[in-house]
Amino acid sequence: MLVDTSGTYREEIEKAEQIIRYALTRLHEKDSFAVARIDTGSFSEKDIVAKVTFDDRPSMMNRQKRLFAEQVDQFVEKSKSSPYTDITGGLLQAVEFLNEKGDAVKTVLIFSDLKEDLEPGFIRDIDFDLDGFDVVALNVTKLRSDNVDPREYLDRLQAWQTKVEKSGGHWRVINDLDGLEGLL
Amino acid sequence: MSFLLNITPWPVLSALLWLVLLVAALYFARPTAHKLIRAAAFSLHKTFRTASLSVGKAETALARRNREVLLAAGREAKERIVEREFDRINETVRKDLANYSTLHRSLSESIDRIERDHQEAVEVPPDPPGWVKAVEAVAKIDARDGRDGVGSILADIHKSLVKAHKQAMDAYREASGKRHELLRRMRPDWRAIQHNLNRVGKSVDSLLGRSVTIDRHMQEYEDIVKGEDRAVSILSSSSLVYFFISLFVLCVAIGGATINFSLIARPMAEMVGGTSMIGAFRTADIAALVIIMVEISMGLFLMESLRITRLFPVIGALPDKTRIRMIWITFSILFLLASVEAGLAYMREVLLHDELATSALLRGDASGGMPNQYMWITTAAQMGMGFILPFALTFVAIPLETFVHSLRTVLGLVAIGLLRVLALVLRLVGSISRYLGVLVTQVYDLPLFIPLWWAARDRSSTSGGSRLWGAES
Repeated sequence: MLVDTSGTYREEIEKAEQIIRYALTRLHEKDSFAVARIDTGSFSEKDIVAKVTFDDRPSMMNRQKRLFAEQVDQFVEKSKSSPYTDITGGLLQAVEFLNEKGDAVKTVLIFSDLKEDLEPGFIRDIDFDLDGFDVVALNVTKLRSDNVDPREYLDRLQAWQTKVEKSGGHWRVINDLDGLEGLL
Repeated sequence: MSFLLNITPWPVLSALLWLVLLVAALYFARPTAHKLIRAAAFSLHKTFRTASLSVGKAETALARRNREVLLAAGREAKERIVEREFDRINETVRKDLANYSTLHRSLSESIDRIERDHQEAVEVPPDPPGWVKAVEAVAKIDARDGRDGVGSILADIHKSLVKAHKQAMDAYREASGKRHELLRRMRPDWRAIQHNLNRVGKSVDSLLGRSVTIDRHMQEYEDIVKGEDRAVSILSSSSLVYFFISLFVLCVAIGGATINFSLIARPMAEMVGGTSMIGAFRTADIAALVIIMVEISMGLFLMESLRITRLFPVIGALPDKTRIRMIWITFSILFLLASVEAGLAYMREVLLHDELATSALLRGDASGGMPNQYMWITTAAQMGMGFILPFALTFVAIPLETFVHSLRTVLGLVAIGLLRVLALVLRLVGSISRYLGVLVTQVYDLPLFIPLWWAARDRSSTSGGSRLWGAES
């Protein structure tokens, strides 16, 4: 799960924590889960907040879940807002992590407004291979400029959908966080 | 088709022409066609009839075999019952009549004592009274010396009489006292004799009861040995009843095993991992199933060793010492497995609490993780079930044995029924094919009614003409 911490979206981070906790209740033995932040340069292991591959013993798995929740809690408390937003770098990082784990079902959750704002000099015009990936955009909030011209918002969503589907992935958007039943 | 109707300029005429040709062809081919139809029908009829007879013979052979098996099973069961009755008689005789010599001695001693006391208690005839001599003396004096001094003599006699009477009464009282004392001493002996006789009576009654039961079983055994239909019928119906009852009990046992499985499958994941698979099944599930199967097997061996069931003759035929050793070994294994199950049931509860606490924590529910003060009841119940169910499953051996034995009879009866139905169906099909042949010949003749009528008319006129010609000649 990629959590956007850039700009004003940092204020939404408590919602992200709720989603992470919900995801933890839905995960089973041998599942892998990682939470990474989206900041100025997201294609880095340093941005991975917590990661785990659950043990196949139920007691150990429960312990891992509690520990993971604690790590996320600390991250939520201490995280700071970043000036730029590198969503593509984060997505690349997530794809790399999941491919390395080799799980049968691969899902990338992007908790962001999907407004990418790269630092000058960063190159993110890269082709993905998202074959077999399920990419879910969560809590895609509307920006002030979207309110002025809603086409911006719709275009942004469309651009990401095109990007993901062109790479072979499956795209979904969930803005209503009360309806997370089908998330995992 | 249109070609057929175009052989003349008029289609109707063409059709009529074809019809006439067809009828003529059928008429000329009639004898051969009839023969062919009859032959085909007859061969089908014979084939089905032969098949029906074969199936009937197979059914008879199976019924005979089933009867033999049923009688053999019944004979064996009766032998077991009679053997057990004899065992019980043996036990009664051993328990009660083994002490017969002691009992006899006790009775003899009691009787001797009573006899001795009785002898001693015989009433002693009182001594002749002292006054007889005095009267004799008085009589003599009276005859010799007249009546002088009679008064004083009579006074002496009176004194003597009173004294003698007193002495006699004292002696009588003393003798009566002794006799009562002796009779009192006899009372415990009488009671002992009565008690012993009651005991012997009970034993004898029990033996008589057993002998009546044995007589009944022996009568049934004789019927079975003779192979009487009544015995077969009773055995057959008993087998069916046993089959359904044992099936019902086995279903209940399967339910118990399923509960047992659910108790230990979850915590098994803690031992062997929750995701490892053997084929399409989880290793944890297979491990739980193996534990239950081993428990059932141990239960079977325990029942065999106790000679309650006889599924494995090898175990029953073991020397007593080995058999008793086997009882202890199987019981110990069963006890250990039951303890393991109780531990796993406890682990299940612990895991459940852990999972609930984790879920509550992840939901942010502060109260959800609080332990319930009455939760120990479910924990204890689960542990109890985990410990008791393996022992309860031990008794599956009894219905299983009955099920296995009655299954042979039930399968035989079902097979006989199926073969009987098959024979009937084949016979019916054979008869149908025979009558179908007759029907087909009649149907064949139906379009030929004109030439047939003509031929019949011609034949009758020819035979009529001949008769006329014969009359004239």
